[in-house]
Amino acid sequence: MAEFAYEPEPELRLAPGESIREISGRSPWAIAGRRLVRNRIAMAALALFVVIVVLSFLAPVYAHHIAHTDPFVSNLSGTTEVDGKQVEVIQQGGAGLGLGETPIGPTWHANYFLGADQQGRDVMARLFYGGRASLIVGVGSAVICSLAALLLALIAGFFRGWSDTVLSRIMDLIWAFPVYLLAISLSTVLLTTPGGVKLGPITLNASSLWTPTLIIALIYIPYVFRPVRGQVLSVREKEYVEAGVSQGASSLRLMISEILPNVVSTVIVLLPLMIATTVLTEAALSFLSIGVQPPNASWGTIIGDGQELLYTRPWVAIAPGIMIVLTVLSLNVLGDGVRDALDPRAKVRVRE
Amino acid sequence: MLAFVVRRIIGLVVVLFAITVLVFLIFFSTPGIDPSARLAGRNPSPATVAAVKHEFGLDRPLPVRYALMMKRLFISRDLVSYGNQALLVVPAIWAAAPVTFSLVIGAAVLWFVMSILLGLIAVTFKGTVADPIIMILALIGISMPVFWLGEVVNLITQDRLHDTFLFSWVPPLGYTPLTEDPWQWFLHLIFPWITLSILYIGFYARVLRADLLENESADYVRTARAKGLSPKRVLLKHMLRNSLITFVSLAGLDLGVLIGGGALLTEVVFGLPGVGRLTYNALLSLDLPVIMATVIYGAFFITIMSAVIDIVYARLDPRIRPT
Repeated sequence: MAEFAYEPEPELRLAPGESIREISGRSPWAIAGRRLVRNRIAMAALALFVVIVVLSFLAPVYAHHIAHTDPFVSNLSGTTEVDGKQVEVIQQGGAGLGLGETPIGPTWHANYFLGADQQGRDVMARLFYGGRASLIVGVGSAVICSLAALLLALIAGFFRGWSDTVLSRIMDLIWAFPVYLLAISLSTVLLTTPGGVKLGPITLNASSLWTPTLIIALIYIPYVFRPVRGQVLSVREKEYVEAGVSQGASSLRLMISEILPNVVSTVIVLLPLMIATTVLTEAALSFLSIGVQPPNASWGTIIGDGQELLYTRPWVAIAPGIMIVLTVLSLNVLGDGVRDALDPRAKVRVRE
Repeated sequence: MLAFVVRRIIGLVVVLFAITVLVFLIFFSTPGIDPSARLAGRNPSPATVAAVKHEFGLDRPLPVRYALMMKRLFISRDLVSYGNQALLVVPAIWAAAPVTFSLVIGAAVLWFVMSILLGLIAVTFKGTVADPIIMILALIGISMPVFWLGEVVNLITQDRLHDTFLFSWVPPLGYTPLTEDPWQWFLHLIFPWITLSILYIGFYARVLRADLLENESADYVRTARAKGLSPKRVLLKHMLRNSLITFVSLAGLDLGVLIGGGALLTEVVFGLPGVGRLTYNALLSLDLPVIMATVIYGAFFITIMSAVIDIVYARLDPRIRPT
């Protein structure tokens, strides 16, 4: 469902409003860094993303020292103080015909700021913990995916021949699957395997965050592999690589010191957009109950939990969605900024 | 042209075969798993497990098992869901397909019209506030999780503002077949269409705007301007037509993905009994035969669709026809 198309321009170009003097004598990375720092919108987006990350990783601090709750333990008979009065967290009635139980709504106080869910757990505290899981899975899968794709693309593009054929065909096959369907197949199989699947030091089972991370990383590999492989193929023909060959450089050395520096910018441009995509994918899979599994929570699982409370306590489902929108929006804006900084005229597209 | 079609079809067959093999391997030979226990559903009786073992030929070699599975999916079409004994999987998919089709086609009409309109407006008003505002809205549109947007829409139209004149006409969640009552069909689908299309409107408005701006200094545009054509005519008759080539080929693929299962989240949120919801219900009970069948059918649809697009595209635009 997502497709990245990236066509880098061969030579450095001037960004709008930039003079030759500003970029002459500087390395491409220094020029890109200057451009990015001067892009106020991109910097604002980066700041927003950093704030979200910091808040999410401070989740335990918030839960213990501000909200004074444990958002992973159900609290069906507890009370909280609102305007000097003790109020039950799970209240009788409120649902259809005045029957059933309704969790407390937003108190706008430190304790149960956004109210409680069906289990009487603090939604605000869960929101921060959920953000931590969402960001770990989202960033983790995007980074793993990019590194794996980079490595495979270097091998395929450098050695060509049968290794290229085999790798490219495997990528075509993964590409042919709609991403959600492939993720659904892999998740259901892994989640129904008793004890989980062992993958070296990592055990993929239902409670591990590795399971959604690796599944999401795998399904997006072709989207990074394709543009990078194309670039490796063209860089390989350059004179400086030939010069390396004539000096007797080993394949490994050629790959690392001649080719890698010339293709890594593509991966860097794609990374923020990849994270935006993987965060959305994680949310969708968790919403479908095949991503992050209890006791862990992510923004997607909280929205899923909030579905039943949608009409009585809408904040349970709405708040995590707002966090996702802010995160993904900041990454998309940052991604545009990084692309403009590295290559003002290149075309990058993200398709969902 | 014929050679191209033949080559594309051979490629298609190879990919379809590879898809079935990959799905088969995922579901049947992940190490450390007894497929009969998983196929039989949650907490199966020993009799069911034994029946499943025999039926899928699990005591026989892998290629035989693969052949048996494919026979049940495509030839005899009698794959039975074990979570729900009465459910014949393949007919259930065929019954759900019209719902998914209704949802996706309507959303596609909306997304084509709106994204072309917004793209044109953004380009026409470049340099004014309209352009950045449209682009920011488009960016927000592509940053929203569709299932969350659907829930917000439901909250407003089904509950919070349902009793006001604005949304009192919105029917409860669900689906009415087109053949039964076209008006109700339309009413039920309005908000699902809007919700599903927003992401694509945002994405395609951005793509179209970028493509139009890129062609602004192209030779053919300069020629058209030099001939004294009005800016409107240059934009609509010359630039837009050229940009639509990219637009249509991308959109065709997205359409295929949506029909092949990508509309799953929208169907779930709006209670539409399409193929995606069938998959979702199977996910909740981990009903593997259903999941496997919908995955294979979805992947087939998308792969075949993209081959058809390639062929139609090559027919329409000789420049991209490989020799």
